[in-house]
Amino acid sequence: MASAFRTLIAALLLAAGLPALAQDALVVASTTSTEQSGLFSWLLPKFEAATGIRVRVVAVGTGQAIDIGRRGDADVLLVHDRAAEDKFVADGWGIARRDVMVNDFVVVGPRDDPAGVRSVRGAAQALQRIDAARQGFVSRGDKSGTHAAELRLWKEAGIDPKRSPGYKEAGAGMGPTLNLAAAINAYTVADRATWAAFKNRQQLDLVLAGDPALFNPYGVIPVNPARHPHVKKEAAERFAQWLTSPAGQEAIAAFRADGQPVFFPNAR
Amino acid sequence: MGHTLGEAFALLASLDSRLLQVVGLSLRVSLSALALGTLLGLPLGAWLAVSRFRGRGAAIVAINALMGLPSVVVGVLVYLLLSRSGPFGGFGLLFSPAAMVAAQTVLVVPLIAAVSRQIVEEAWRDYAPELSLIGLSRWQSAFLLLADCRFALSVATLAGLGRAMSEVGAVMIVGGNIDGYTRVMTTAIALETSKGDLALAIALGLVLMAVILALNAAAYGLRAWAGRRYG
Repeated sequence: MASAFRTLIAALLLAAGLPALAQDALVVASTTSTEQSGLFSWLLPKFEAATGIRVRVVAVGTGQAIDIGRRGDADVLLVHDRAAEDKFVADGWGIARRDVMVNDFVVVGPRDDPAGVRSVRGAAQALQRIDAARQGFVSRGDKSGTHAAELRLWKEAGIDPKRSPGYKEAGAGMGPTLNLAAAINAYTVADRATWAAFKNRQQLDLVLAGDPALFNPYGVIPVNPARHPHVKKEAAERFAQWLTSPAGQEAIAAFRADGQPVFFPNAR
Repeated sequence: MGHTLGEAFALLASLDSRLLQVVGLSLRVSLSALALGTLLGLPLGAWLAVSRFRGRGAAIVAINALMGLPSVVVGVLVYLLLSRSGPFGGFGLLFSPAAMVAAQTVLVVPLIAAVSRQIVEEAWRDYAPELSLIGLSRWQSAFLLLADCRFALSVATLAGLGRAMSEVGAVMIVGGNIDGYTRVMTTAIALETSKGDLALAIALGLVLMAVILALNAAAYGLRAWAGRRYG
């Protein structure tokens, strides 16, 4: 059985016309916001030029990215859900989490703003308005970092979102969630980077930003080689070091999506 | 809609090398899966057609039902098998084109086996007395019938090709849609849709449909040529 399987694997590799190349590139599990905003296509050529390390990015929700790391299928994570990140490290799956950058969440909604969100300051207040005005709200509903932030805001607002009349869960990434919100002209919480790069806005507009509760920090975490001996620990460490180095931080600061800065370096 | 289509055609005019690379990977992955799937599926279908055993009916129903196997389920299963924490993790194949070939092979084998079983079984019903008269075993008969039905069986292969080229659920999960490495046409379309760039998504969809059309036309032409040449 084992040898039959090995033959099959060999056949697969031959069929795909590839020697076992999977071994020599660094695999980064990260979030849709970093990939879809174009940040990685901006940063990676600079990192590859500086270190000679090739990088492959698997862009999924933070929840799935952390699971990929736990299973040992990535070498390093770049994610944004502080509570889940700290648990990942505390459980021994990752080592030495470092701050990399922040961006912020924004509340987007119908241009005519039927809930009157534009006239409030806080995001929790905005959700209270949306709930009271019985307006539609689309949640990510996919255990991503954005979903976790959204749920914290609902908690702060003192509302059980599932009981809010217009609440819908998309169960999808940021882009599909924005597509849904645009289609039904509802409110949603988006990360600024994905919103800036998003093209199918229809009647949607930015209605609230700037509340400190909408602060969205990203951390880099190499997967613990003690748990997964096959991970490329040197390359993962260099990736984390470069992102938090002056060169990496300057590259992040220079990135623009839709003409505006969306990620702000904050490594210490 | 009309506006989006117009934009889509304008984008097609600016075909670049990255798009060609994505199309190339789609072809490489799906044609590899099709080759493996045909090698496994045709003999399996022929064997089911000519053999008689207890539970054969159930096996045929199962193979037919597996034609409807959801690609996303295959994706998750192959993901769990190839993950570093799974039974075959040591090969390090997850998030590689080889993993995508494996998943698509699992998808096309039942389809090719089910269609070829039906075709070979009908031929077997017509020729079984003659074939046993000249002293051929069931296996020999099965391969003779496979060769004899080759034109009809090309439909089974084309159906498999369509399934492999068009699925997105499995390759997205096991390939990871990595830019420049495991991004194929269908995952690129899903990505552009999620970025809200519907014009580019439609443009890529048109390219994918054109590629599938060209492959089918090539198969049709080959068949017509072979038909004239070898009857």
